[in-house]
Amino acid sequence: MSTISTPAAPGSFRYQLASFWSDFSASRGALVGLIFIVFILLVALFAPWVAPHDPAMQDRAALLVPPVWHAEGSWNYVLGTDAVGRDILSRLIYGARYSLSISAMVVVISMGVGIFLGLLAGYFRGWIETVITRVMDVVLAFPSLLLALGLVAILSPGLTSAMIAIALVQLPYFVRLTRAAVIGEKNREYVIASRLSGAGHLRLMFNTLLPNCMAPLIVQATLSFSTAILDIAALGFLGMGVQPPTPEWGAMLANAREFMGSAYWAVTFPGLIILLTVLMINLMGDGLRDALDPKMKRS
Amino acid sequence: MFKFFLVKLAQLVPTFIGVTIVAFAFIRLLPGDPILLMAGERGISAERYAQLESQMGFDRSLVVQYLDFLKGLLHGDLGNSLVTHAPVMDEFMSRFPATLELSLFALAFAVIIGLPAGVLAAVKRGKTLDHTIMGVSLTGYSMPIFWWGLLLIMLFSSTLGWTPVSGRISYMYFIEPVTGFMTIDSLIAGDWGAFLSSLHYLILPSIVLGTIPLAVIARQTRSSMLEVLGEDYVRTARAKGLSNFRVIMVHTLRNALISVVTVIGLQVGLLLAGAILTETIFSWPGIGKWMIDAISRRDYPSVQGGLVLIAFIVMIVNLLVDLAYGVINPRIRH
Repeated sequence: MSTISTPAAPGSFRYQLASFWSDFSASRGALVGLIFIVFILLVALFAPWVAPHDPAMQDRAALLVPPVWHAEGSWNYVLGTDAVGRDILSRLIYGARYSLSISAMVVVISMGVGIFLGLLAGYFRGWIETVITRVMDVVLAFPSLLLALGLVAILSPGLTSAMIAIALVQLPYFVRLTRAAVIGEKNREYVIASRLSGAGHLRLMFNTLLPNCMAPLIVQATLSFSTAILDIAALGFLGMGVQPPTPEWGAMLANAREFMGSAYWAVTFPGLIILLTVLMINLMGDGLRDALDPKMKRS
Repeated sequence: MFKFFLVKLAQLVPTFIGVTIVAFAFIRLLPGDPILLMAGERGISAERYAQLESQMGFDRSLVVQYLDFLKGLLHGDLGNSLVTHAPVMDEFMSRFPATLELSLFALAFAVIIGLPAGVLAAVKRGKTLDHTIMGVSLTGYSMPIFWWGLLLIMLFSSTLGWTPVSGRISYMYFIEPVTGFMTIDSLIAGDWGAFLSSLHYLILPSIVLGTIPLAVIARQTRSSMLEVLGEDYVRTARAKGLSNFRVIMVHTLRNALISVVTVIGLQVGLLLAGAILTETIFSWPGIGKWMIDAISRRDYPSVQGGLVLIAFIVMIVNLLVDLAYGVINPRIRH
């Protein structure tokens, strides 16, 4: 609170933001996560300036060069090269663009559609709710990766189909959360007041109810983001996601697999960066949950 | 209790119908004509096309086709694989024990380590041990398990030579399948060498598949332990002068287990999804690898049958979890 010169009035947006930030930054893990995510976002954004090499450039004179700390390694290829002489570090940097942007799209799609369906179900109840929740139950009956694989088989493997498939698999969580939150808020006095003063369905749903249901949705969005990164990589690894030679992290792993015995670096680094990114997002998600959801707050 | 069971079962019916519709729609949503797709690049004669069309029922209305599909399903008939021409049901059933065996070992690994770790973290709350356990389990929770598997293979199989890389048992042994569980079958055959070999082959895949459930169980155990530790009856137990060990093991853990058991049950879907990746890495001849092969060979009846059967298994297990929850926690029944 020391950074704020005049104490904001309780209930004001600035006060809420400040109290959110003091809760969020109380967790060291959450801060580390946030810093890492911002860092990797910047790296992805400025990939052409940051990456030392063109990710598709094949150096025939430097096949499977080990990382710099080996005797045979060189500063030219800090993390070594893969089987066709491409710089692994540059591919990882460009790969961040794919993983992060696809996952962000997944979250936007499934959160957008999920909120809409959840609002409909929670607000109107009746048969609309029954249909929506039943359909979501069906989606949940399939193991997520399996359903995504089946969808990709229908849509043919590739970036867009992987994105749509994973967004669909994530959908039920957003629908359920929104529906539950809307049902909880619907009969509160401020909603009734708003309805009595003549607000229409759309206004009630999106302007009155939705902002008060956002906290669990934001936490779920971070969870979905990390799950999406894992699923995209898993699909890429199985050859059903982003197709080579695109430097997507999962596809890089699949390519490196056959050189597992001779070139550990080609396998180790793509996986390590997936793990780190997912871990940092989850750390941030834990912090967000503690700051946004008073019921789950750690004492 | 019986009424509770019936209600839960009735709730499953619409979901089950939905699952069958999804699986039915699957083959019909494939881009292009399914018969031409199945015929492959060689093409197909007009007579053969008509023959296949009437054989598969594509010339009738969708509703009739769906009802036929449902009828076949209820009789355990899921059509034949395009690759082996064997019934999909048989193909599935011959591989399912391998996946089940792997999943059970993975789950055992996750529970044996995850549960005590969660209890320990809750008891040592806020201490270094708590932070370490929670840090490790968050890492496990974030693990891309296909990479984790490769890493363990590189270390334990390639470098140290401790564990085998792929398969279920050493090629030196041939065990007559009775249950389909390699460990049990080798015991039935009375072959100790084969039994140890099958355990040896299970170690790495079980660790890989069990990692994420382990993390989930540890986190859930910790948080429900903490919740119960704050309850009045725990304070009463302490006030009675019971030993700390007794308070934790008897009064707290037993009540905390209610939600942990549910979470363990819900790992089944996760295990089946994880089995796809784990089996691919370790060439484990289970349904996960079979599904991947079916998708890449465009063996659509197998994919369709696999989708239905796996969804069915997940639904049944979830039902059993619900029931178990009703048994251990009578409050939920009403």
